[in-house]
Amino acid sequence: MGDISLGSDGWTKVGKSAITVVAPIVAAALFWVGFLFLRGGAAHQSVIAIVAIIWGVGGVAFLFFSLDWIVHRLPLKVAKKVQPFIFVGPALIILTWFLLLPTLRSLYLSFFDAYSQNFVGLDNYIFAFTNPKMIESFSNNLLWLVFGTAGSVGFGLIIALLADRSKLEKGFKSIIFMPMAISFVGAGVIWRFVYAYKPAGEEQIGLLNAFVSLFNVEPQAWFTLQPWNNFFLIIILVWLQTGYAMVIISAALKGVPQTIIEAGRIDGASEFRIIRSIIIPYIKGTIITVSTTIVILTLKIFDIVFTMTGGEYGTEVIASMQYKQMFRFLHYGRGSAIAIVLVIAVIPVMWYNLHQFNKTEGF
Amino acid sequence: MNKQRFPLAINIILLALVIVWSIPIIGLLISSFRPQDDILTTPWWTIFTQKSAMNLDNYKRVIGGSSSTFIDAMGKSIRSSGDNLARAFLNSFTVTIPSVVIPILIAAAAAFGFAWLEFPFRRLLFTIVVALLVVPLQIALIPVLRDYQSLKLTGSYVGIWLAHTGFGLPLGIYLLYNYISTIPRDVFESAFLDGARPMVIFYRLVLPLSVPAIASLAIFQFLWVWNDLLVALVFLGGTQDVAVLTQRLATMVGSRGQDWHLLTAGAFVSMAVPLAVFFALQRYFVEGLMAGSVKG
Repeated sequence: MGDISLGSDGWTKVGKSAITVVAPIVAAALFWVGFLFLRGGAAHQSVIAIVAIIWGVGGVAFLFFSLDWIVHRLPLKVAKKVQPFIFVGPALIILTWFLLLPTLRSLYLSFFDAYSQNFVGLDNYIFAFTNPKMIESFSNNLLWLVFGTAGSVGFGLIIALLADRSKLEKGFKSIIFMPMAISFVGAGVIWRFVYAYKPAGEEQIGLLNAFVSLFNVEPQAWFTLQPWNNFFLIIILVWLQTGYAMVIISAALKGVPQTIIEAGRIDGASEFRIIRSIIIPYIKGTIITVSTTIVILTLKIFDIVFTMTGGEYGTEVIASMQYKQMFRFLHYGRGSAIAIVLVIAVIPVMWYNLHQFNKTEGF
Repeated sequence: MNKQRFPLAINIILLALVIVWSIPIIGLLISSFRPQDDILTTPWWTIFTQKSAMNLDNYKRVIGGSSSTFIDAMGKSIRSSGDNLARAFLNSFTVTIPSVVIPILIAAAAAFGFAWLEFPFRRLLFTIVVALLVVPLQIALIPVLRDYQSLKLTGSYVGIWLAHTGFGLPLGIYLLYNYISTIPRDVFESAFLDGARPMVIFYRLVLPLSVPAIASLAIFQFLWVWNDLLVALVFLGGTQDVAVLTQRLATMVGSRGQDWHLLTAGAFVSMAVPLAVFFALQRYFVEGLMAGSVKG
């Protein structure tokens, strides 16, 4: 961007205005060539990767600097008014394109048929609330919401409380937290192996079947074992998310004033009493926030179900139904209606967040 | 907290939990080094009781992409093509790096604008950002895919970067706003008095001062993009040329659900980078998580 800011002393007026016009055009042209190159994607993979990274990062920097450069040349009064939008403008445009407008467009599409051509009224919503697979999805998502959230927050709270009283706190927490770095797909493979099934009589390679056979229980194909298979999937989420809940709750625990706890001890309260009556009420806000985050995650749960069972054997969930309607059955009307149902499901959390935000001072 | 009370009991319970938590990963890790036949016939914990073969063959096969032939139980010879995850590995980087840098730059600029500049509807616009924090990205799939089809962006890197930017912005703006708005006013005052332009203040003062918050956000966004399956499936499509690791791993689970030797190694290839990032930068990650959720 150096050439842009050079226009000072040495230049003649002609040169100055020439560079004023030419520099951004050249830069924009380069930007466009890069775009076409990347969209074509014909070059060698590693070349594309490097160009892509430079283009993507440089492009954004270029965008901001050129906008600033143009605004700087406007009359001062106008420039002052426009300036803030250099900063918030790009974000607002992208948010509008990718989240705000799609909500309205999906709402609109949800009243049309599979090809978005004929108006069908509420048919897609009637499908969304009466189709047996959809009803199955709703009840499964409810299981995910209740047991996934309770499991993650419950274990997170217990481990945070215990670790707070251990000298090896850091090491323990680090391992519980580790699954946070693993993708749902990767976690799926890990747990598929734990749940692996071989017919009775053969040596079991799956941990769970080997474990139950210690108690002379027949080996089970856990993924087809309705309705318990949902819980075997939910365990994967709990395994992944407990670390998150633990870390946040653990930080809140450090904020509980020692003096209150000591006062409780002096009054002769038991450790459980102190946790129940002092610590938990003190960190209630944090527990609610963590819970809402995981609730939203469970409402949108997709990857685990999609890779483990594909929604078969009674494990269907809303997000995977939506994906199937869109990309397998190409029914855009139904796909959109189910997406709208998901948005409606998160509105209470959105409302709560906005309520909290409005309470913050100083905006 | 008083760390002297019932230390032994607590440490034993914690140790038990930590073992339960790590056993699934350890089992997979050990299995990924075992020969195909061993994985299928004996459980992984036999390596502790009897001498077993361990090698890197599975990794060579999933990364290399060379094909191999073996005889199945029916006596038929089966050719199994390699998986060439090396390609997917590079694709994952190509998707992830700009998908982390672009939203962070845009979010930082927006956060600075919201925190320190005056403009009409500022509060309303920021309220919208907060509301968008929880909107499921599923809502955007069909409409944005249609735009991409007319712009010929489906299956392109540019398309998926923009998508990840769009979906990552609300959290990015929110996190960085929380941080940037707490920078003391007098840091800026002299710069503003000197007549410095907001853009200069932004990249000379705000960006350098926000490095800790940016680092947290970068790790967060990195893990999210690297581990994402849905956005990649929808906007990148199914072709092997551009498919990222999660897509390839999901395909392997579907098509070779019983090929444990390949699945275990494949899963570890896909987890190597996020785990390395995680352990190297755990502190920043934790700080980012807190900034995102403890504040209401």
